[in-house]
Amino acid sequence: MSVLIIAEHNNSELNSSTLNTITAGTELGDVDVLVAGENCADVANAVAAINGVNKVLHADASHYGHHLAEELTPLILGLAENYEHILAPATNFGKNLAPRVAALLDVAQISDITEIVSSNTFIRPIYAGNALATVQALHAKKVITIRTVSFEAASEGGSAGVESISAGEQVGLSSFEGQELTVSERPDLATAKTVVSGGRGLGSKENFAIIEALADKLGAAVGASRAAVDAGYITNDKQVGQTGVVVAPDLYIAVGISGAAQHIAGMKDSKVIVAINKDPEAAIFNFADYGLVADLFDTVPEMTNSTKIS
Amino acid sequence: MKIIVPIKRVVDPYVSIRVKSDETGVDTGGVKMSMNPFDEIAVEEAVQLLEAGTATEVIAVTIADSSSDETLRSALAIGADRAIRINCETPLQPLSIAKVLKNIVEAEGAGLVIMGKQAIDNDNNQTGQMLSALLGWSQGTFISEQTIDGDTVKVTREIDNGLETLTLKLPAVLTTDLRLNEPRYIKLPNMMKAKKKPLDTKNFADYGIADDAITAGFTVQKVQEPPTRKAGIIVDSVAELIEKLRDEANVI
Ligand SMILES: Cc1cc2nc3c(=O)[nH]c(=O)nc-3n(C[C@H](O)[C@H](O)[C@H](O)COP(=O)(O)OP(=O)(O)OC[C@H]3O[C@@H](n4cnc5c(N)ncnc54)[C@H](O)[C@@H]3O)c2cc1C
Ligand SMILES: Nc1ncnc2c1ncn2[C@@H]1O[C@H](COP(=O)(O)O)[C@@H](O)[C@H]1O
Repeated sequence: MSVLIIAEHNNSELNSSTLNTITAGTELGDVDVLVAGENCADVANAVAAINGVNKVLHADASHYGHHLAEELTPLILGLAENYEHILAPATNFGKNLAPRVAALLDVAQISDITEIVSSNTFIRPIYAGNALATVQALHAKKVITIRTVSFEAASEGGSAGVESISAGEQVGLSSFEGQELTVSERPDLATAKTVVSGGRGLGSKENFAIIEALADKLGAAVGASRAAVDAGYITNDKQVGQTGVVVAPDLYIAVGISGAAQHIAGMKDSKVIVAINKDPEAAIFNFADYGLVADLFDTVPEMTNSTKIS
Repeated sequence: MKIIVPIKRVVDPYVSIRVKSDETGVDTGGVKMSMNPFDEIAVEEAVQLLEAGTATEVIAVTIADSSSDETLRSALAIGADRAIRINCETPLQPLSIAKVLKNIVEAEGAGLVIMGKQAIDNDNNQTGQMLSALLGWSQGTFISEQTIDGDTVKVTREIDNGLETLTLKLPAVLTTDLRLNEPRYIKLPNMMKAKKKPLDTKNFADYGIADDAITAGFTVQKVQEPPTRKAGIIVDSVAELIEKLRDEANVI
Protein backbone atom coordinates (compact mmCIF):
# COMPACT_ATOMS: atom_id res chain seq x y z
CA MET A 1 0.00 0.00 0.00
CA SER A 2 1.03 3.59 -0.43
CA VAL A 3 2.12 6.34 1.87
CA LEU A 4 1.17 10.00 1.53
CA ILE A 5 3.58 12.49 3.04
CA ILE A 6 2.56 16.08 3.66
CA ALA A 7 5.55 18.23 2.78
CA GLU A 8 6.51 21.11 5.05
CA HIS A 9 7.87 24.10 3.14
CA ASN A 10 7.64 27.87 2.86
CA ASN A 11 6.64 27.93 -0.84
CA SER A 12 10.21 28.47 -1.98
CA GLU A 13 12.20 25.98 0.07
CA LEU A 14 11.52 22.52 1.40
CA ASN A 15 11.85 22.17 5.17
CA SER A 16 14.37 19.48 6.07
CA SER A 17 11.75 17.83 8.32
CA THR A 18 10.16 16.50 5.13
CA LEU A 19 13.37 14.59 4.32
CA ASN A 20 13.24 12.68 7.60
CA THR A 21 9.55 11.97 7.07
CA ILE A 22 10.28 10.56 3.61
CA THR A 23 12.79 8.14 5.11
CA ALA A 24 10.17 6.97 7.61
CA GLY A 25 7.66 6.67 4.77
CA THR A 26 9.92 4.43 2.68
CA GLU A 27 9.92 1.95 5.57
CA LEU A 28 6.14 1.63 5.11
CA GLY A 29 5.54 1.59 1.35
CA ASP A 30 5.60 3.61 -1.85
CA VAL A 31 5.90 7.28 -1.02
CA ASP A 32 3.89 10.03 -2.66
CA VAL A 33 4.44 13.55 -1.39
CA LEU A 34 1.85 16.31 -1.34
CA VAL A 35 3.29 19.78 -1.89
CA ALA A 36 0.47 22.23 -1.27
CA GLY A 37 1.16 25.94 -1.26
CA GLU A 38 1.16 29.09 -3.31
CA ASN A 39 3.60 29.39 -6.22
CA CYS A 40 5.46 26.39 -4.88
CA ALA A 41 6.40 24.63 -8.12
CA ASP A 42 10.09 24.90 -7.18
CA VAL A 43 9.42 22.96 -4.01
CA ALA A 44 7.48 20.30 -5.90
CA ASN A 45 10.43 19.89 -8.29
CA ALA A 46 12.88 19.72 -5.41
CA VAL A 47 10.83 16.95 -3.77
CA ALA A 48 10.75 15.03 -7.07
CA ALA A 49 14.54 14.87 -6.93
CA ILE A 50 14.63 13.15 -3.54
CA ASN A 51 15.45 9.48 -3.26
CA GLY A 52 12.53 7.27 -2.40
CA VAL A 53 9.81 9.54 -3.74
CA ASN A 54 7.45 7.81 -6.13
CA LYS A 55 5.27 10.74 -7.15
CA VAL A 56 4.78 14.38 -6.19
CA LEU A 57 1.29 15.83 -5.99
CA HIS A 58 1.42 19.57 -6.44
CA ALA A 59 -1.56 21.72 -5.42
CA ASP A 60 -1.21 25.45 -5.89
CA ALA A 61 -3.65 28.08 -4.64
CA SER A 62 -3.42 31.35 -2.77
CA HIS A 63 -5.38 29.89 0.14
CA TYR A 64 -2.68 27.24 0.62
CA GLY A 65 0.03 29.91 0.83
CA HIS A 66 0.16 29.94 4.62
CA HIS A 67 -0.47 26.24 5.14
CA LEU A 68 -3.47 26.78 7.39
CA ALA A 69 -4.80 23.50 8.77
CA GLU A 70 -8.39 24.43 7.95
CA GLU A 71 -7.48 24.92 4.28
CA LEU A 72 -5.14 21.94 3.81
CA THR A 73 -7.35 19.39 5.55
CA PRO A 74 -10.06 19.04 2.86
CA LEU A 75 -7.37 18.68 0.21
CA ILE A 76 -5.75 15.82 2.12
CA LEU A 77 -9.11 14.18 2.85
CA GLY A 78 -9.75 14.14 -0.88
CA LEU A 79 -6.54 12.18 -1.45
CA ALA A 80 -6.75 9.91 1.58
CA GLU A 81 -8.67 7.11 -0.09
CA ASN A 82 -5.59 5.92 -1.98
CA TYR A 83 -3.32 5.68 1.01
CA GLU A 84 -2.89 3.45 4.02
CA HIS A 85 -0.50 5.82 5.81
CA ILE A 86 -0.56 9.62 5.96
CA LEU A 87 2.62 11.06 7.46
CA ALA A 88 3.72 14.49 8.54
CA PRO A 89 6.72 15.65 10.56
CA ALA A 90 6.13 16.14 14.29
CA THR A 91 6.99 19.82 13.94
CA ASN A 92 4.52 22.54 14.84
CA PHE A 93 3.35 22.37 11.22
CA GLY A 94 2.57 18.65 11.37
CA LYS A 95 1.23 18.72 14.92
CA ASN A 96 -1.22 21.42 13.92
CA LEU A 97 -2.46 19.59 10.84
CA ALA A 98 -2.36 15.81 11.35
CA PRO A 99 -4.96 15.52 14.16
CA ARG A 100 -7.44 17.60 12.16
CA VAL A 101 -7.07 15.21 9.23
CA ALA A 102 -7.30 12.11 11.43
CA ALA A 103 -10.44 13.29 13.22
CA LEU A 104 -12.30 13.81 9.94
CA LEU A 105 -11.17 10.42 8.68
CA ASP A 106 -12.50 9.10 11.99
CA VAL A 107 -9.22 7.38 12.77
CA ALA A 108 -6.70 7.66 15.58
CA GLN A 109 -3.56 9.68 15.15
CA ILE A 110 -0.22 8.39 16.39
CA SER A 111 2.05 11.24 17.49
CA ASP A 112 5.78 11.70 17.38
CA ILE A 113 6.94 8.19 16.55
CA THR A 114 10.61 7.34 16.94
CA GLU A 115 10.56 3.85 15.45
CA ILE A 116 8.50 1.79 13.03
CA VAL A 117 8.06 -1.79 14.23
CA SER A 118 5.65 -2.87 11.48
CA SER A 119 3.06 -1.27 9.24
CA ASN A 120 0.72 -0.78 12.20
CA THR A 121 3.02 -0.81 15.21
CA PHE A 122 5.14 2.10 16.33
CA ILE A 123 7.26 3.26 19.24
CA ARG A 124 6.73 6.68 20.71
CA PRO A 125 8.03 8.44 23.82
CA ILE A 126 5.54 9.38 26.54
CA TYR A 127 5.96 11.19 29.88
CA ALA A 128 8.67 13.49 28.54
CA GLY A 129 10.58 10.54 27.13
CA ASN A 130 10.76 8.81 30.51
CA ALA A 131 8.92 5.86 28.99
CA LEU A 132 8.64 4.38 25.52
CA ALA A 133 5.25 3.05 24.44
CA THR A 134 4.80 0.47 21.72
CA VAL A 135 1.42 1.20 20.16
CA GLN A 136 -0.55 -0.76 17.62
CA ALA A 137 -2.92 1.19 15.40
CA LEU A 138 -6.29 -0.50 14.99
CA HIS A 139 -7.72 1.49 12.08
CA ALA A 140 -6.98 0.58 8.47
CA LYS A 141 -5.79 4.12 7.81
CA LYS A 142 -2.98 5.53 9.93
CA VAL A 143 -2.23 9.20 10.40
CA ILE A 144 1.19 9.59 11.97
CA THR A 145 3.64 12.31 12.91
CA ILE A 146 7.36 11.53 12.79
CA ARG A 147 9.97 12.64 15.29
CA THR A 148 12.46 13.98 12.77
CA VAL A 149 15.67 13.35 14.73
CA SER A 150 14.82 9.64 14.87
CA PHE A 151 14.98 9.16 11.10
CA GLU A 152 17.82 9.98 8.70
CA ALA A 153 17.25 12.70 6.13
CA ALA A 154 16.50 11.27 2.67
CA SER A 155 19.11 12.28 0.12
CA GLU A 156 18.86 13.70 -3.36
CA GLY A 157 18.99 11.51 -6.41
CA GLY A 158 15.40 10.61 -7.26
CA SER A 159 13.49 11.48 -10.39
CA ALA A 160 9.81 11.26 -9.55
CA GLY A 161 7.06 12.74 -11.67
CA VAL A 162 5.18 15.84 -10.58
CA GLU A 163 1.41 15.72 -11.01
CA SER A 164 -0.62 18.89 -10.68
CA ILE A 165 -3.80 18.37 -8.72
CA SER A 166 -6.64 20.83 -8.51
CA ALA A 167 -7.07 22.91 -5.43
CA GLY A 168 -10.24 22.83 -3.36
CA GLU A 169 -12.48 25.74 -2.51
CA GLN A 170 -11.26 28.18 0.09
CA VAL A 171 -12.66 27.29 3.52
CA GLY A 172 -12.13 30.76 4.96
CA LEU A 173 -12.36 29.96 8.69
CA SER A 174 -8.99 31.51 9.43
CA SER A 175 -6.70 33.98 7.76
CA PHE A 176 -3.03 34.81 7.98
CA GLU A 177 -2.07 38.23 9.37
CA GLY A 178 1.68 38.15 9.69
CA GLN A 179 4.71 36.48 11.16
CA GLU A 180 7.82 37.32 13.08
CA LEU A 181 10.46 34.87 12.04
CA THR A 182 13.84 34.56 13.69
CA VAL A 183 16.43 35.42 11.09
CA SER A 184 19.85 34.10 11.83
CA GLU A 185 23.05 33.21 10.04
CA ARG A 186 23.48 30.32 12.45
CA PRO A 187 22.58 26.73 11.57
CA ASP A 188 19.00 25.63 12.10
CA LEU A 189 18.42 24.39 15.66
CA ALA A 190 16.56 21.22 14.64
CA THR A 191 19.32 19.97 12.32
CA ALA A 192 22.56 21.54 13.59
CA LYS A 193 25.54 19.26 14.31
CA THR A 194 26.37 21.32 17.38
CA VAL A 195 24.01 23.13 19.73
CA VAL A 196 24.95 25.48 22.56
CA SER A 197 22.02 26.06 24.93
CA GLY A 198 21.70 28.55 27.73
CA GLY A 199 19.44 28.54 30.76
CA ARG A 200 18.33 30.73 33.61
CA GLY A 201 21.93 30.71 34.87
CA LEU A 202 22.74 33.33 32.22
CA GLY A 203 20.77 35.84 34.25
CA SER A 204 19.85 38.32 31.53
CA LYS A 205 19.30 38.86 27.84
CA GLU A 206 22.58 40.79 27.64
CA ASN A 207 24.50 37.95 29.25
CA PHE A 208 22.96 35.47 26.83
CA ALA A 209 25.34 36.94 24.24
CA ILE A 210 28.12 34.77 25.66
CA ILE A 211 26.13 31.69 24.55
CA GLU A 212 25.82 33.16 21.07
CA ALA A 213 29.54 33.95 20.96
CA LEU A 214 30.46 30.35 21.81
CA ALA A 215 27.92 29.07 19.29
CA ASP A 216 29.49 31.24 16.60
CA LYS A 217 32.96 30.02 17.46
CA LEU A 218 31.76 26.41 17.10
CA GLY A 219 29.51 27.02 14.10
CA ALA A 220 26.66 25.88 16.31
CA ALA A 221 22.96 26.62 16.67
CA VAL A 222 21.69 28.34 19.81
CA GLY A 223 19.15 26.66 22.06
CA ALA A 224 17.64 27.44 25.44
CA SER A 225 15.70 26.13 28.40
CA ARG A 226 12.12 27.16 29.00
CA ALA A 227 13.24 29.39 31.86
CA ALA A 228 15.54 31.34 29.52
CA VAL A 229 12.73 31.77 26.98
CA ASP A 230 10.15 32.75 29.61
CA ALA A 231 12.57 35.35 30.97
CA GLY A 232 12.94 36.82 27.49
CA TYR A 233 16.65 36.06 27.04
CA ILE A 234 15.86 34.49 23.67
CA THR A 235 12.91 33.78 21.34
CA ASN A 236 10.37 30.98 21.87
CA ASP A 237 11.51 28.92 18.87
CA LYS A 238 14.79 28.15 20.70
CA GLN A 239 13.16 26.20 23.56
CA VAL A 240 14.55 22.69 23.65
CA GLY A 241 12.44 20.09 25.42
CA GLN A 242 9.30 18.07 25.93
CA THR A 243 7.10 20.91 24.78
CA GLY A 244 9.58 22.64 22.50
CA VAL A 245 12.07 21.46 19.90
CA VAL A 246 13.65 18.01 20.09
CA VAL A 247 17.29 17.96 18.98
CA ALA A 248 19.92 15.24 18.65
CA PRO A 249 23.16 16.89 17.51
CA ASP A 250 26.65 15.37 17.65
CA LEU A 251 27.49 17.83 20.43
CA TYR A 252 25.07 19.51 22.87
CA ILE A 253 26.48 21.99 25.35
CA ALA A 254 24.11 22.91 28.20
CA VAL A 255 25.18 26.05 30.03
CA GLY A 256 23.49 27.23 33.23
CA ILE A 257 20.72 24.67 32.77
CA SER A 258 19.70 22.54 35.77
CA GLY A 259 18.49 19.50 33.83
CA ALA A 260 14.73 19.33 34.51
CA ALA A 261 13.05 16.28 32.98
CA GLN A 262 11.23 18.53 30.49
CA HIS A 263 14.53 19.87 29.17
CA ILE A 264 16.28 16.48 29.11
CA ALA A 265 13.39 15.15 26.98
CA GLY A 266 14.49 17.42 24.15
CA MET A 267 18.23 16.67 24.05
CA LYS A 268 19.08 13.34 25.64
CA ASP A 269 19.58 11.61 22.30
CA SER A 270 22.48 13.92 21.47
CA LYS A 271 25.67 12.00 20.75
CA VAL A 272 27.86 13.90 23.19
CA ILE A 273 26.48 16.08 26.00
CA VAL A 274 28.49 18.69 27.87
CA ALA A 275 27.18 20.45 30.97
CA ILE A 276 28.59 23.60 32.50
CA ASN A 277 26.98 24.41 35.83
CA LYS A 278 28.27 25.78 39.11
CA ASP A 279 26.09 23.44 41.17
CA PRO A 280 27.76 20.01 41.43
CA GLU A 281 24.39 18.50 42.37
CA ALA A 282 22.62 19.73 39.21
CA ALA A 283 20.66 16.91 37.54
CA ILE A 284 22.14 17.80 34.16
CA PHE A 285 25.39 16.10 35.24
CA ASN A 286 23.57 12.76 35.30
CA PHE A 287 23.14 13.05 31.56
CA ALA A 288 26.44 14.68 30.59
CA ASP A 289 29.36 12.84 29.05
CA TYR A 290 31.58 15.70 30.17
CA GLY A 291 30.68 17.90 33.10
CA LEU A 292 32.42 21.06 34.21
CA VAL A 293 31.50 22.35 37.66
CA ALA A 294 32.31 26.02 37.30
CA ASP A 295 31.00 29.52 36.88
CA LEU A 296 29.75 29.93 33.35
CA PHE A 297 30.80 33.58 33.24
CA ASP A 298 34.44 32.49 33.48
CA THR A 299 34.39 29.25 31.56
CA VAL A 300 32.24 30.05 28.55
CA PRO A 301 34.31 33.09 27.43
CA GLU A 302 37.45 31.06 28.12
CA MET A 303 36.18 28.40 25.73
CA THR A 304 35.18 30.97 23.14
CA ASN A 305 38.61 32.56 23.29
CA SER A 306 40.54 29.32 23.29
CA THR A 307 43.05 28.99 20.50
CA LYS A 308 42.56 25.21 20.67
CA ILE A 309 39.21 25.56 18.91
CA SER A 310 39.51 26.69 15.35
CA MET B 1 -20.13 33.98 25.21
CA LYS B 2 -19.72 30.72 27.10
CA ILE B 3 -16.24 29.25 27.23
CA ILE B 4 -15.57 25.56 27.79
CA VAL B 5 -12.20 24.58 29.21
CA PRO B 6 -11.42 20.86 28.97
CA ILE B 7 -8.92 19.76 31.60
CA LYS B 8 -7.02 16.61 32.46
CA ARG B 9 -5.53 15.38 35.69
CA VAL B 10 -1.98 14.15 35.12
CA VAL B 11 1.08 13.10 37.07
CA ASP B 12 2.64 16.29 38.42
CA PRO B 13 5.37 17.55 36.08
CA TYR B 14 7.93 17.69 38.87
CA VAL B 15 7.73 14.08 40.08
CA SER B 16 9.76 11.38 38.40
CA ILE B 17 7.76 8.48 37.08
CA ARG B 18 8.51 4.77 37.15
CA VAL B 19 7.70 2.27 34.45
CA LYS B 20 5.93 -0.80 35.83
CA SER B 21 8.14 -3.88 35.81
CA ASP B 22 5.55 -5.87 33.87
CA GLU B 23 5.76 -3.22 31.12
CA THR B 24 2.00 -2.54 31.15
CA GLY B 25 2.33 1.16 31.85
CA VAL B 26 3.58 3.85 34.16
CA ASP B 27 3.11 3.46 37.90
CA THR B 28 0.81 6.26 39.02
CA GLY B 29 -0.06 4.77 42.42
CA GLY B 30 0.67 7.15 45.28
CA VAL B 31 2.18 9.68 42.90
CA LYS B 32 1.36 13.38 43.21
CA MET B 33 -1.21 14.41 40.63
CA SER B 34 -1.95 17.90 39.25
CA MET B 35 -3.96 19.68 36.63
CA ASN B 36 -2.13 19.41 33.30
CA PRO B 37 -0.06 22.65 33.31
CA PHE B 38 -1.27 23.69 29.86
CA ASP B 39 -4.87 23.33 31.09
CA GLU B 40 -4.12 25.54 34.05
CA ILE B 41 -3.01 28.18 31.56
CA ALA B 42 -6.27 27.60 29.64
CA VAL B 43 -8.41 28.07 32.76
CA GLU B 44 -6.50 31.24 33.66
CA GLU B 45 -7.03 32.68 30.17
CA ALA B 46 -10.75 31.90 30.22
CA VAL B 47 -11.15 33.42 33.68
CA GLN B 48 -9.36 36.57 32.52
CA LEU B 49 -11.90 36.83 29.69
CA LEU B 50 -14.67 36.42 32.26
CA GLU B 51 -13.19 39.16 34.43
CA ALA B 52 -12.88 41.41 31.39
CA GLY B 53 -16.56 40.88 30.63
CA THR B 54 -15.84 39.21 27.29
CA ALA B 55 -17.04 35.83 28.51
CA THR B 56 -20.33 35.25 30.28
CA GLU B 57 -19.54 31.88 31.80
CA VAL B 58 -16.54 29.56 32.10
CA ILE B 59 -17.20 25.82 32.40
CA ALA B 60 -14.42 23.39 33.24
CA VAL B 61 -14.96 19.89 31.87
CA THR B 62 -13.17 16.62 32.33
CA ILE B 63 -13.81 13.07 31.17
CA ALA B 64 -12.45 10.97 33.98
CA ASP B 65 -13.17 9.07 37.18
CA SER B 66 -14.01 10.73 40.51
CA SER B 67 -10.37 11.31 41.43
CA SER B 68 -10.48 14.23 38.98
CA ASP B 69 -13.08 16.07 41.07
CA GLU B 70 -10.27 17.75 43.02
CA THR B 71 -8.76 18.91 39.73
CA LEU B 72 -12.07 20.44 38.71
CA ARG B 73 -12.20 22.14 42.12
CA SER B 74 -8.85 23.75 41.32
CA ALA B 75 -10.32 25.11 38.10
CA LEU B 76 -13.25 26.50 40.10
CA ALA B 77 -10.80 28.05 42.56
CA ILE B 78 -8.99 29.82 39.73
CA GLY B 79 -12.37 31.26 38.82
CA ALA B 80 -14.39 28.95 36.56
CA ASP B 81 -18.13 29.25 37.27
CA ARG B 82 -19.01 25.57 37.23
CA ALA B 83 -17.63 22.19 36.35
CA ILE B 84 -18.80 19.03 34.65
CA ARG B 85 -17.23 15.61 35.01
CA ILE B 86 -18.29 12.99 32.53
CA ASN B 87 -17.78 9.83 34.49
CA CYS B 88 -15.39 7.47 32.78
CA GLU B 89 -13.42 4.80 34.60
CA THR B 90 -10.89 4.03 31.88
CA PRO B 91 -8.76 6.73 30.24
CA LEU B 92 -9.82 7.46 26.66
CA GLN B 93 -7.75 8.33 23.60
CA PRO B 94 -7.76 11.82 22.01
CA LEU B 95 -10.30 11.06 19.25
CA SER B 96 -12.79 9.71 21.79
CA ILE B 97 -12.20 12.65 24.14
CA ALA B 98 -12.77 15.01 21.22
CA LYS B 99 -16.04 13.27 20.31
CA VAL B 100 -17.38 13.53 23.83
CA LEU B 101 -16.26 17.15 24.14
CA LYS B 102 -18.03 17.98 20.87
CA ASN B 103 -21.36 16.91 22.32
CA ILE B 104 -20.78 18.89 25.50
CA VAL B 105 -19.78 22.02 23.57
CA GLU B 106 -22.92 21.73 21.46
CA ALA B 107 -25.20 20.99 24.40
CA GLU B 108 -23.86 24.02 26.26
CA GLY B 109 -23.93 26.25 23.20
CA ALA B 110 -20.38 27.42 23.90
CA GLY B 111 -18.74 29.94 21.56
CA LEU B 112 -15.13 29.26 22.44
CA VAL B 113 -13.05 26.37 23.73
CA ILE B 114 -9.67 27.00 25.35
CA MET B 115 -7.61 23.93 26.19
CA GLY B 116 -4.06 22.69 26.65
CA LYS B 117 -1.88 22.08 23.61
CA GLN B 118 -0.67 18.84 25.10
CA ALA B 119 -1.30 16.58 28.06
CA ILE B 120 2.12 16.02 29.60
CA ASP B 121 1.49 12.35 30.36
CA ASN B 122 0.90 10.90 26.92
CA ASP B 123 2.31 13.92 25.06
CA ASN B 124 -0.25 13.49 22.27
CA ASN B 125 -0.93 17.10 21.29
CA GLN B 126 -4.07 16.14 19.35
CA THR B 127 -7.33 16.69 21.17
CA GLY B 128 -7.83 20.42 20.45
CA GLN B 129 -7.20 20.03 16.73
CA MET B 130 -9.54 17.03 16.63
CA LEU B 131 -12.29 18.83 18.50
CA SER B 132 -12.00 21.82 16.18
CA ALA B 133 -12.25 19.49 13.16
CA LEU B 134 -15.31 17.65 14.48
CA LEU B 135 -17.07 20.92 15.27
CA GLY B 136 -16.09 22.39 11.90
CA TRP B 137 -14.60 25.38 13.76
CA SER B 138 -11.40 27.33 13.25
CA GLN B 139 -8.34 26.36 15.28
CA GLY B 140 -5.65 28.44 16.93
CA THR B 141 -3.02 26.09 18.31
CA PHE B 142 0.03 26.76 20.53
CA ILE B 143 -1.03 30.33 21.21
CA SER B 144 0.90 32.88 23.23
CA GLU B 145 -1.63 35.70 22.79
CA GLN B 146 -5.29 36.16 21.92
CA THR B 147 -7.56 39.15 21.37
CA ILE B 148 -11.27 38.72 20.83
CA ASP B 149 -12.84 41.36 18.61
CA GLY B 150 -16.52 40.93 17.78
CA ASP B 151 -16.93 37.67 15.89
CA THR B 152 -13.23 37.04 15.38
CA VAL B 153 -10.26 36.22 17.57
CA LYS B 154 -6.72 37.25 16.68
CA VAL B 155 -4.11 34.78 17.91
CA THR B 156 -0.34 34.71 18.03
CA ARG B 157 0.99 31.19 17.62
CA GLU B 158 4.38 29.79 18.63
CA ILE B 159 5.71 28.15 15.46
CA ASP B 160 9.00 26.41 14.67
CA ASN B 161 10.91 29.50 13.63
CA GLY B 162 9.14 32.26 15.49
CA LEU B 163 5.63 33.61 15.84
CA GLU B 164 2.64 33.74 13.51
CA THR B 165 -0.51 35.84 13.77
CA LEU B 166 -3.86 34.59 12.47
CA THR B 167 -7.39 35.90 12.58
CA LEU B 168 -9.92 33.17 13.31
CA LYS B 169 -13.65 33.32 12.84
CA LEU B 170 -15.52 32.52 16.02
CA PRO B 171 -16.49 29.99 17.26
CA ALA B 172 -12.97 28.61 17.63
CA VAL B 173 -10.87 26.11 19.55
CA LEU B 174 -7.68 27.58 21.02
CA THR B 175 -4.82 25.58 22.52
CA THR B 176 -2.41 27.15 24.95
CA ASP B 177 1.36 27.40 24.88
CA LEU B 178 3.50 28.21 27.90
CA ARG B 179 3.82 31.94 27.32
CA LEU B 180 0.08 32.74 27.12
CA ASN B 181 -0.13 33.76 30.78
CA GLU B 182 1.07 32.88 34.24
CA PRO B 183 -1.72 31.11 36.15
CA ARG B 184 -2.58 32.85 39.39
CA TYR B 185 -1.71 31.44 42.76
CA ILE B 186 -4.85 29.96 44.31
CA LYS B 187 -5.68 31.70 47.58
CA LEU B 188 -7.39 29.89 50.44
CA PRO B 189 -10.66 31.91 50.34
CA ASN B 190 -11.01 30.99 46.67
CA MET B 191 -10.53 27.33 47.53
CA MET B 192 -13.37 27.69 50.04
CA LYS B 193 -15.57 29.44 47.48
CA ALA B 194 -14.84 26.73 44.93
CA LYS B 195 -16.36 24.13 47.25
CA LYS B 196 -19.72 25.85 46.89
CA LYS B 197 -19.66 26.10 43.10
CA PRO B 198 -21.61 23.51 41.06
CA LEU B 199 -19.75 20.37 40.00
CA ASP B 200 -22.05 18.04 38.07
CA THR B 201 -21.31 14.42 37.38
CA LYS B 202 -22.77 13.20 34.13
CA ASN B 203 -22.73 10.08 31.99
CA PHE B 204 -22.18 9.62 28.28
CA ALA B 205 -25.91 8.98 27.89
CA ASP B 206 -26.68 12.46 29.29
CA TYR B 207 -25.05 13.87 26.16
CA GLY B 208 -26.57 11.35 23.78
CA ILE B 209 -23.36 9.37 23.46
CA ALA B 210 -23.78 5.62 23.20
CA ASP B 211 -21.14 3.70 25.15
CA ASP B 212 -20.17 1.75 22.05
CA ALA B 213 -19.59 4.97 20.12
CA ILE B 214 -16.42 5.35 22.13
CA THR B 215 -13.87 3.00 20.66
CA ALA B 216 -10.10 2.76 20.82
CA GLY B 217 -7.95 3.64 17.82
CA PHE B 218 -4.83 1.97 19.10
CA THR B 219 -3.68 -0.38 21.81
CA VAL B 220 -0.61 0.11 23.93
CA GLN B 221 1.24 -3.17 23.73
CA LYS B 222 3.97 -2.34 26.18
CA VAL B 223 5.62 0.53 27.98
CA GLN B 224 9.35 0.30 28.57
CA GLU B 225 12.16 2.21 30.19
CA PRO B 226 14.12 4.27 27.69
CA PRO B 227 17.80 3.35 27.28
CA THR B 228 19.95 5.10 29.88
CA ARG B 229 23.06 7.07 29.00
CA LYS B 230 26.33 5.71 30.29
CA ALA B 231 27.84 7.70 33.11
CA GLY B 232 30.10 10.53 32.08
CA ILE B 233 33.06 12.20 33.74
CA ILE B 234 33.70 15.51 35.45
CA VAL B 235 36.56 17.47 33.93
CA ASP B 236 38.61 19.99 35.90
CA SER B 237 39.16 22.78 33.45
CA VAL B 238 38.17 24.32 30.17
CA ALA B 239 41.47 23.11 28.71
CA GLU B 240 40.69 19.53 29.66
CA LEU B 241 37.14 19.83 28.30
CA ILE B 242 38.36 21.07 24.95
CA GLU B 243 40.99 18.34 24.78
CA LYS B 244 38.36 15.65 25.47
CA LEU B 245 35.97 17.06 22.90
CA ARG B 246 38.73 17.19 20.30
CA ASP B 247 40.72 14.06 20.89
CA GLU B 248 38.35 11.64 22.65
CA ALA B 249 34.88 12.52 21.35
CA ASN B 250 36.02 14.07 18.06
CA VAL B 251 33.15 16.53 18.02
CA ILE B 252 35.00 19.85 17.67
C1 LIG C 1 4.32 21.91 31.27
C2 LIG C 1 5.77 22.20 31.32
C3 LIG C 1 6.51 22.12 30.15
C4 LIG C 1 7.86 22.42 30.16
N1 LIG C 1 8.56 22.32 28.99
C5 LIG C 1 9.89 22.59 29.01
C6 LIG C 1 10.69 22.45 27.82
O1 LIG C 1 10.19 22.08 26.75
N2 LIG C 1 11.99 22.77 27.90
C7 LIG C 1 12.59 23.19 29.07
O2 LIG C 1 13.79 23.49 29.07
N3 LIG C 1 11.87 23.30 30.19
C8 LIG C 1 10.54 23.02 30.19
N4 LIG C 1 9.82 23.16 31.34
C9 LIG C 1 10.47 23.80 32.50
C10 LIG C 1 11.35 22.89 33.34
O3 LIG C 1 10.55 22.19 34.27
C11 LIG C 1 12.38 23.75 34.11
O4 LIG C 1 11.70 24.69 34.90
C12 LIG C 1 13.34 24.49 33.20
O5 LIG C 1 13.91 23.61 32.25
C13 LIG C 1 14.44 25.13 34.02
O6 LIG C 1 15.28 25.92 33.23
P1 LIG C 1 16.78 26.18 33.67
O7 LIG C 1 17.49 24.89 33.84
O8 LIG C 1 17.35 27.17 32.71
O9 LIG C 1 16.61 26.97 35.05
P2 LIG C 1 16.95 26.52 36.53
O10 LIG C 1 16.31 25.23 36.87
O11 LIG C 1 16.67 27.68 37.38
O12 LIG C 1 18.51 26.24 36.47
C14 LIG C 1 19.48 27.24 36.33
C15 LIG C 1 20.83 26.56 36.53
O13 LIG C 1 21.86 27.50 36.29
C16 LIG C 1 22.92 27.25 37.20
N5 LIG C 1 23.68 28.48 37.34
C17 LIG C 1 23.27 29.67 37.86
N6 LIG C 1 24.25 30.58 37.78
C18 LIG C 1 25.33 29.97 37.22
C19 LIG C 1 26.64 30.39 36.90
N7 LIG C 1 27.05 31.63 37.13
N8 LIG C 1 27.48 29.49 36.35
C20 LIG C 1 27.07 28.21 36.11
N9 LIG C 1 25.84 27.77 36.40
C21 LIG C 1 24.98 28.63 36.95
C22 LIG C 1 22.23 26.84 38.48
O14 LIG C 1 23.10 26.05 39.29
C23 LIG C 1 21.04 26.03 37.95
O15 LIG C 1 21.36 24.65 37.87
C24 LIG C 1 8.48 22.82 31.36
C25 LIG C 1 7.75 22.86 32.54
C26 LIG C 1 6.40 22.55 32.52
C27 LIG C 1 5.63 22.59 33.80
N1 LIG D 1 -9.80 13.21 29.77
C1 LIG D 1 -9.87 14.50 29.34
N2 LIG D 1 -10.90 15.28 29.73
C2 LIG D 1 -10.97 16.58 29.31
N3 LIG D 1 -10.05 17.15 28.54
C3 LIG D 1 -9.01 16.42 28.13
C4 LIG D 1 -8.84 15.06 28.51
N4 LIG D 1 -7.71 14.60 27.94
C5 LIG D 1 -7.17 15.62 27.26
N5 LIG D 1 -7.94 16.73 27.37
C6 LIG D 1 -7.69 18.07 26.80
O1 LIG D 1 -6.93 17.92 25.62
C7 LIG D 1 -5.68 18.63 25.72
C8 LIG D 1 -4.63 17.98 24.88
O2 LIG D 1 -4.42 16.64 25.27
P1 LIG D 1 -3.67 15.57 24.36
O3 LIG D 1 -4.20 15.70 22.98
O4 LIG D 1 -3.97 14.25 24.99
O5 LIG D 1 -2.20 15.91 24.45
C9 LIG D 1 -5.43 18.68 27.21
O6 LIG D 1 -4.55 19.73 27.53
C10 LIG D 1 -6.85 18.90 27.75
O7 LIG D 1 -7.22 20.26 27.58
